[in-house]
This record gives sequence, C-alpha cells and structure tokens, in this order.
Amino acid sequence: MKNASRAILARPARRREIPKCPTGISGLDQIMAGGLPRGRPTLVCGSAGCGKTLLGMEFLIRGAIQFNEPGVCLSFEETAAELIANVASLGFDAQGLVDAGKLIVDYVQIDRSQIEETGEYNLDGLFLRLDHAIQEIGAKRVLLDTVESLFAGLSNELVLRGELRRLFRWLKDKGITAVVTGERGEGTLTRHGLEEYISDCVILLDHRVNNAVFTRRLRVVKYRGSTHGTNDYPFLIDERGISVLPVTSVELRHAALREFVSSGIPGLDEMLQGRGFYRGNSILISGTAGTGKTSVGAHFVKAAVDRKEKALVFAFEESRDQWVRNMQSIGIELEPAVRKGLLRHDASRPTAFGLEMHLVRMHKAIEEFRPDVVVVDPISALAHAGSISEISGMLLRLVDYLKSLGITALFTTMVQGSELEYTDLAISSLVDTWILLRDIESGGERNRGLYVLKSRGMAHSNQIREFALSSKGIRLRQAYLGPEGVLTGSARVVQEARERAAESAKLWEIERRKLQLERKRKALDAQVAALRVEVDAEEAELRQLLAQEGQRLEAARTERAEMAGSRRSEARAGAVQTGPNGGGRKR
Amino acid sequence: MRKPKSKTREYEKAIAAVPRKYLLRLYISGTTPRSVRAIENIKRLCDTRLKGCYELEIVDIYQQPASLATDQIIAVPTLIKTLPLPMRKLIGDLSDEENVLMGLDLVKTSGAA
Repeated sequence: MKNASRAILARPARRREIPKCPTGISGLDQIMAGGLPRGRPTLVCGSAGCGKTLLGMEFLIRGAIQFNEPGVCLSFEETAAELIANVASLGFDAQGLVDAGKLIVDYVQIDRSQIEETGEYNLDGLFLRLDHAIQEIGAKRVLLDTVESLFAGLSNELVLRGELRRLFRWLKDKGITAVVTGERGEGTLTRHGLEEYISDCVILLDHRVNNAVFTRRLRVVKYRGSTHGTNDYPFLIDERGISVLPVTSVELRHAALREFVSSGIPGLDEMLQGRGFYRGNSILISGTAGTGKTSVGAHFVKAAVDRKEKALVFAFEESRDQWVRNMQSIGIELEPAVRKGLLRHDASRPTAFGLEMHLVRMHKAIEEFRPDVVVVDPISALAHAGSISEISGMLLRLVDYLKSLGITALFTTMVQGSELEYTDLAISSLVDTWILLRDIESGGERNRGLYVLKSRGMAHSNQIREFALSSKGIRLRQAYLGPEGVLTGSARVVQEARERAAESAKLWEIERRKLQLERKRKALDAQVAALRVEVDAEEAELRQLLAQEGQRLEAARTERAEMAGSRRSEARAGAVQTGPNGGGRKR
Repeated sequence: MRKPKSKTREYEKAIAAVPRKYLLRLYISGTTPRSVRAIENIKRLCDTRLKGCYELEIVDIYQQPASLATDQIIAVPTLIKTLPLPMRKLIGDLSDEENVLMGLDLVKTSGAA
C-alpha cells in the first residue's frame, strides 16, 4: 500500500486525458480535444430541428467507416427506413453499412394507446434488445435517439428515472461510447433532466436567426476529464454531413515563410522591396468604389496561375463568368487557367447563408482545392450577412486558417467616405500588408492613386503612385510630386509637358549663352589682334622716330661742328658775324 | 322500427354465442420475483375469467431475445393481447387487477356477468 502510493507520487506529473473516441466529424474532434469520452455516454441536446439525430447518426456511420467501430442506433422516434433515408440525403450509405453488418438501426415503438400499466416493471426488454444488437455486430458505439420518448410512453417516472440511470451505468460498464439525444427543455438542458444522469459530456446544439439569416451553433457545455473548446461554434449541415468550425485558434504559431510571391504588378512589387508579398501573408486591398480593387486581385491571381500555382477566388459580387470577362477587358486572360484547373471560383451572394456557413464553405473549398493563393472579393460584402464584430471574428478565423496552411490571401474591401485608413470591418490589424487605393479628384477628373499603408517585415515604399487601368492591365506610374502635392491624370501630363518645355528652354538658353561666349571670345581675339597690330605699328613708328631723332642729332652735331668751324674762321676774320644762337643770346 | 331492433338483438346474441378466444403472450425475464408474480397473476385471472377460451404463451426474453423487436418489448414483464383485437400491451407484473381487466376488455363482461 505504501509502496503503491509512493509509486504514484514518484510518477512524473504528466497530463493524461481520458481516452477519446473520435467522431470523424470535421471540427468536432478538434473542439473536443480528440473526440467523445470513450466508454462513456455523451448527451447531445437541443431544440427541434437542430441536428441532434444527424450528429448521432454521423457518429455511428463515421465510426463504422473510418474507425471500424460498428454501431447500434436505438431510435425511438423514426423507423429504421426513415432514418436511413434521411441520412442518405446527406450522402451516407447507411443501408450499405447495415447490409455489411456494421450498423444496426432498431426502431423502438412505444404506442401509448396500446399500453396499460398494471404493476411493477423494469426496462429489461430494452436493455436486452440493445445488448442483443450490440453483441450481434460487436458494436462499440450506440446512439439512443431520443430516449426521452420513453417518458411519453410510460407514466411511471420514478421507474423510468431509475431505469435510465441503470441504462447509462450499464453502457458505461460495457465500455460503450454512447450518444444520447435529448430535447431541449424550458430553462433546462433537456426536458426530462437527462443531464442528471449523463454528466460526463454534454453537447448543446442550437440555432438562431439573426437578421433573417439562420445559423446553427454547437457548444460543449461540459466535458469531464478533458479540456475542450468552450465557445459557441457554428456548424452546418450540408450534403456531406456536419461540419463544425473550430473557430479561433488560440495560438499564433504559423510559420513565417521567407519566400516572396509577386503581386503580378511590376510597379507594385517594386514598392514592396522589389519582390512582392511574403508567402503566407494576408493582404488587404481597400479603396472606394471603382478604384480597381478587383483588378489588383486579378493581377495577383494571374501571377499565381502563371507560376503554375493554384488560385481560389471567393467572389461575393460577381459570378465566375463575369469576373473572368471583366478581367479580360484589362488584358488578364484567366480562362485557360480555369480550364487547366489552376483557378477556381466560388461565387455566392453574401446573403445566401449566414456568416458561419460562408466560412465553413470557404474552409471546405480550401480543403478540397488546396490552393496556393486565395482571393476574397470583397469582404465588405459580407456586411450584409452579419454584424461588424461577427464579421471581424469570422475574418480573424479565416486569416488564421489560411496562415496555418501557408496560403497567401488577398482580401479586397470597400471603404466609404473620407476615412480611408479605417476599415469598417476593423481587420486592418489582422493583415500583414495593406494597400490603399484611392480616388484623387482634381482638375475635373478622377484618377487612381495607390500606396502601401503598411507591410510587415519589409521596407516598403512610402510613395503614392498613380495607377492606370489599360487594356494591358494595371500600370503604376512614378508619382509626380509638384508644389501642389501629387499630380495625377492630365494635370500630371500638363505638368510634365510644362516641365519638358521648361527644360528645353533652359537648354536653348545654355546653347545661346555658349554661342554668345564664343562670339565674345572671337571679338576679344580680334580686339587683341587689332591692339597688337596697333602696338606693332606704334612700335614701328617709334622706331622710325628714334631713327629720325638719331639722324637729327647727328645732323645737328655735324651742323654745330660746322658752325664752330666757321665761327672760328669768322673770329679770325672779324667778330661781327656770329651764329644765330650766339647772336640772340647777346641781345 | 321493430325490425332493426330485433336484428341488433340477434346480432348480439350471435356474438355472445361465439366463444371469445384470447391469445396472450407474456414476456418475462428469467425467474425474478416480478416475473413469477406476473405469471401467477395472469394464470389466476385466466382461470377465473377466461376459462377454456384463452391461449397463453410465456416467453423468457433471455431465451428469445429476437422476439423483443418483433413485439416491440421494452418493459418487462409485458403481457400482449394479440387477440381479440385491438392489440394491447400490459406492462408490469399484472398486480393492478382493475387495469389488467381494462386492458383485456374484461370489465364489461364482468359487469354483465
């Protein structure tokens, strides 16, 4: 005894949950951390028409098909033929399973008008019937639908309650995983308080109509010995049975891919570090009406199919044909991709179903098609199908889901009014890259501008680019930043022409100046030459003068000498005759 | 006026002349006290009220589980009156005599007798 307790204490504290019995119903097993509690009964309750019986039948059928666990259905309300026909409409071949000995559907008829109670009794008959069926096919799963019908057929409630308690105990002892359905009561989970007896696991089904849109919901009310999702999970019943949406993933665990995918628009890639979007990211294209959001999406799709990747488009406003045709007008040919099976459209009116139905449909389509990129065009259309908080909740789930699969997703959304940097659906924080398209109205025309509002994990351009839609697709132009801000359209053209003119005028001016200078230089050169000639002339003149002066001096000297000679002769002859100079001085 | 009246009487006479045949089947589970009590009760009733005009079959559900589904048995003991029509199911150990008689359409007869 002591040793045993020590052994228990010594065991490492590992979290061990009770054994699970997978239902095979997509989503439900995720919520229930693996499935229903194995070997225990589970109560599925809800009001009329909420899908209790179907859930139970799917549990049995999927158990037989997917997990090789035969099942017994004890039906108190519908005959075996009715039940089989009902589930056949949802794509299950119950009859085949019955024939293969994997399923027994036993109809228990309780007709009050035939019954007279005459004393003490118990439900051994029912027990034995069930036991007999279980043993016949080695059943591991049981559906009791709806055991509460017993209360309608038999009046001794005391006996019934005791017998039900015994029944569930007995099922537990046999290790049978059972689903017991019960009608929702006033203020209680079930009309006859079955939850008193089945307390291991209770699932509540519910349906609501909000804004005339019908939504089914499922909630795990309790689950002993296991963790489970606690929210209201939307689910739907379609041609493939039940799908529950395990709505919010609690953790942010998706891997960040370092690969890039092109946006399909060279100019836009350039703005995003020249490479495009990160693979697995979510991109939001927002803009007012007619700004070309869908066209941006189409470019993205085209780039994907050109890379031989698969693209899935959820269109809420246009049919597949319309989408493809409209994109043809801007030179995007998608028809071949559709034919090759690379592109698939899922077009539906937003109001066709509730939000959850949309989400589940999208999940299903994605799971089936396994696309590399997804375009949702536009998410704002969903505003018709639910409230803002519901939509943002739904989108959060969708973004999470797509990220977990590494799918690059592009959402378009329409914004109204002047608050462009505000999305009505408040999903901006969910997306990694947000590209804003806007109208720029000036000079009597509307033009389109594009800028990257945010792009996580990359140095993106901060510029506003003008973008034009032509028959060759979207073309981004360098923004013209003039003194009055960004110029677009013809204003930009005019401005560019003006600039070009100014530029050429400037060039011409320079040329002119150059010529002028040249002329000046030439004139100067001529002047210099003239001056030099002048100087030369002067020099020559001067030289001539100097020569003349020399001659004159020579001549004078000679004259004086001659004079002196003559004077001396005069003196000898008489002193009267003097030279002109001597004579004057004398006077 | 007379003619129909006499005919009705004749009819009733004719009906009374035909011995009513009771076809009964009692489902029990082994030899539990409740089952034993049910057998005792039905036998006593048959001896006192249906002498010579009944057929009683006693079925142990453990011996013939397949018959449970055909007769739609859930509670044990259950007495099924297959004939005369309508078919009735008497659930319980048959100790509530008044209810048993009502279930077997015997109250009237007892009142007449």
